[in-house]
Amino acid sequence: MLDLVLKGKTIKLGDNISTDDIIPGRFAHLRSNLPELAKHVLEDAAPGFAAKVRSGDFIVAGNNFGLGSSREHAPLVIKMSGIGAILAKSAARIFFRNAINQGLPVLLCDTDRIRNNDELEIDLTAGMIANLTSGDTLSCSKMPPIMSAILKEGGLIAYIQKHKDFKP
Amino acid sequence: MEMGKTLAEKILSLKSHGEAQGGDIVIADVDWAFVQDTTGPLTVRQFRESGFEALANPQQTVIFLDHAAPSPAQQLSNDHILLRRFAKETGSRIYEVGDGICHQLVVEKFANPGDIIVGADSHTVTGGALGAFATGMGSSDIAVALALGKTWLRVPESFLIELKDVFSRGVYAKDLILYLIGHIGADGATYKALEFGGEALAEMTLSQRLTMANMAVEAGAKVGLFPADKITQEFLMEHGRGSDYRSIYPDAGANYERVIPVNLNQLEPMLSLPHAVDKVRPVTQANGVKIHQAFIGTCTNGRLEDLAVAAEILKNKKRHPGTRLLVAPSSRQVLSRAIEKGYIRSLIEAGAAILPPGCAACLGLHQGVLGDGEICLSTANRNFKGRMGNPDAMVYLASPATAAASAIKGEITDPREFV
Repeated sequence: MLDLVLKGKTIKLGDNISTDDIIPGRFAHLRSNLPELAKHVLEDAAPGFAAKVRSGDFIVAGNNFGLGSSREHAPLVIKMSGIGAILAKSAARIFFRNAINQGLPVLLCDTDRIRNNDELEIDLTAGMIANLTSGDTLSCSKMPPIMSAILKEGGLIAYIQKHKDFKP
Repeated sequence: MEMGKTLAEKILSLKSHGEAQGGDIVIADVDWAFVQDTTGPLTVRQFRESGFEALANPQQTVIFLDHAAPSPAQQLSNDHILLRRFAKETGSRIYEVGDGICHQLVVEKFANPGDIIVGADSHTVTGGALGAFATGMGSSDIAVALALGKTWLRVPESFLIELKDVFSRGVYAKDLILYLIGHIGADGATYKALEFGGEALAEMTLSQRLTMANMAVEAGAKVGLFPADKITQEFLMEHGRGSDYRSIYPDAGANYERVIPVNLNQLEPMLSLPHAVDKVRPVTQANGVKIHQAFIGTCTNGRLEDLAVAAEILKNKKRHPGTRLLVAPSSRQVLSRAIEKGYIRSLIEAGAAILPPGCAACLGLHQGVLGDGEICLSTANRNFKGRMGNPDAMVYLASPATAAASAIKGEITDPREFV
């Protein structure tokens, strides 16, 4: 089960962070060695990212986060880096679904109102973000009930282990 | 009053045994589920973890060894071993090194109008050219589709791309889809279906449709759908599957979120500038940019028609000495026919390196990784930073004609000079 209230600091990234930015194809030979693969997370787009993340931090990005490939290794290595949730103005469809399937929350909201290194408290059930640094509150767009249910179980495989089928 | 249905709504209604409308969540039967060698190993592990023992439909499950084929690294060779073993244990189909790119093989062998196809690869959308609801997903979703024989889908709202007239000389389907992506934007169709229609379809070959459906995902779309018509039927007959044909059209009065009309005769050769697919310009605006490598191939543009266009331009000519020319046919069948028709001879004599059928240089793990500061003109579908194995290199995307013309001159060249 997933924690429903998350607290952490933000790391801001820009628009159009592709899956090739998150984990480039040149590391495909490491995909069956996840700890090694995870060392390269976002290394071209945000050098030093893996070393900088503290457990529970949030990625705060602009438009179209995760565009490109269907590689589920992308949200997987982000989760392994310690990131607790991704906040973006919009997210690419396959990435969004993959992240939820990995139990990594992706929240769509107006991220221009969040700065780098702000401290946030996120209530996943209510879809609300409290910016403890600025005092601002933001609401996120709702995801379909089936996705919320998958996220609450901690991902799709955990959901299927429990329900043995889709429970719409 | 009953509303007309889009193609997406029609197929999803059929496969979810209900009335599917844009925005609904449905559980749909899956006709074909597949993985390739860079997403398959994780899918296999997720499937094992899910607690299911057997595949719901072994003979409708397909494994393709195409992305790292032949393998350039021991880790990838071991991933291939894992996938071959899984195929043997579960009774799924498997296609080996040299057979071709997953999306091309799905189209040659399996995809039928009205099917639901899910693949652990974003360019699964290619199958939409045959009127199949084909969409890319990650490893967990495919693992569950393998176990249950079904998946959940949000029914997309549709954009109608209404095509008129015919292409002028030197302009191809690739130029059209690049133009559209530039117009819609890389996230302009996120969660949506692109549905292609209009009178121009009557003249549009299946190969052209495949190029367009393939890149629907580059505008963010979930699927890129063509109606199944006479041209679809002819393709299926050619591939020994004429009896699988069924006609599928959207209803008159279907509800489209957006209608985008395009006059094909007003288009010119287009390209995507580094490092974004939607940074689209006429080729003339990049004329003269020196290129170190031209790459003709991929699930976007590695088909017989593409090789024919390139061979025609390169026949009795030579690549520029400063430009490598790589050609990767998209399948064994394509390679075999290109040999029969003499295209491969023309390409080899022009100085091309012929790569085995497969993804080749597209995703930057082998067979044409770029050096620091190098520029490649590629017929692929992506040019993100680092895409061809080096974040310090640049990739332009264009048609096979533009790639062939540019290989001769050693710089980005409008193909209308040569056709």
